[in-house]
Amino acid sequence: MRRAIVTTTATAAGVVLLLSLKPHGGASAAGQTPVISSGSDSTTSAGSAASTSTPAPGASKTAAKTTTKAASTGSYTGTAVDTRYGPVQVRISVSGGKLSKIDVLQYPNGMQKDIEINGYALPVLNQEALAAQSAKIDMVSGATYTSTGYTQSLQSALDQAGLK
Amino acid sequence: MTTPATTPLAHAEHVMGTVFSFAVRDPGPAVEAALGAAVARLHAIDALFSPFRPESELSRVARGALALADADPELAEVLERCREVAEQTDGWFTACPGGRLDPSGWVKGWAVQQACELLCQAGSTEHCVNGGGDIQSVGGPWRIGVADPARPGALATVLVGRDLVVATSGTTERGAHILDPHAGTPATGLRSLTLVSTGRGRIARTDAWATAAFAMGPELGLAWAERQPELEAFALLPDPSSPPRCTSGFLRHAA
Repeated sequence: MRRAIVTTTATAAGVVLLLSLKPHGGASAAGQTPVISSGSDSTTSAGSAASTSTPAPGASKTAAKTTTKAASTGSYTGTAVDTRYGPVQVRISVSGGKLSKIDVLQYPNGMQKDIEINGYALPVLNQEALAAQSAKIDMVSGATYTSTGYTQSLQSALDQAGLK
Repeated sequence: MTTPATTPLAHAEHVMGTVFSFAVRDPGPAVEAALGAAVARLHAIDALFSPFRPESELSRVARGALALADADPELAEVLERCREVAEQTDGWFTACPGGRLDPSGWVKGWAVQQACELLCQAGSTEHCVNGGGDIQSVGGPWRIGVADPARPGALATVLVGRDLVVATSGTTERGAHILDPHAGTPATGLRSLTLVSTGRGRIARTDAWATAAFAMGPELGLAWAERQPELEAFALLPDPSSPPRCTSGFLRHAA
């Protein structure tokens, strides 16, 4: 269950970020080295991402790039989200209008056990988040959401993309 | 997404305590007028059947302030459909969950179905209507993701097909809320249950069936779905580390 809980918080943070793809000035986070990274960035392989205790060297190389234009290419750092399990912050890299990489800058690590579990769960999770982005879906089926829950849902993100 | 000739028309309508999302790949003046009519129809259905509005016909009948015979004839029709679903599902569906008259388990999917019918009547052959997670598509192929309630934003699986019908029942941000009609307590045997079928005008029944199959739990629910012709099921168990389960023909719908 603990793995599931961590999984949920991490994905939630990822989605919060994905739903609000707003460029951020990289001042606070650009210099941060991701604790976990996934995606096709050449400086950070999926293999090295599995080791949480060793920040991937050079992974912040592309992080300083920011842009105020539409999300075609660049890195975007999400606001740290305080979840009930601790703060979570992610950074995404967009290349050619597509999500190419997710870095987890902060994740809950209050307990030793959590660190082990996070190290295993989060990279797996990131890959799944990438898969959701690239699945090119038209609609999302799921248990009925409330009007409020909808605003945080993938369906809401899809609708916004279509409503442009 | 397949490349449509024109930009798909998208619309999201907050109604019935949730959001109805529309995607129309063959928009035009008649179809856009039908979309407006469909939205109006959704609000009319809500006004008639909402259990949360004290003045809805449903609420007045439920508290005895209005006789069923004097209510809108659609209410009696809806209750008849609910009785049919109860029979089809061995009593695992009810229009009176917790003892209070509330046919919402039928009404939402039925509303999606009517929205699609209005679009079809206006000549649309390429659209998809999502009523708070329950989907009827017309034409296609459409790609429909199934959300995982344990992992917000992540998909448990992706389905693809023409005239795809997908209904999911499960735990939501409100937690366990589907009652086991036999025990009278919340059903907790599943995290979510998705039913998949194809064909037009099917979402009302498929949606109600999903509610029933969720209440049945994994063993009974999957076995029941396996017995229904042209119906497949995909189940997520409460423990997120458990692999999903599905009926024997489910993978033919998987992307």
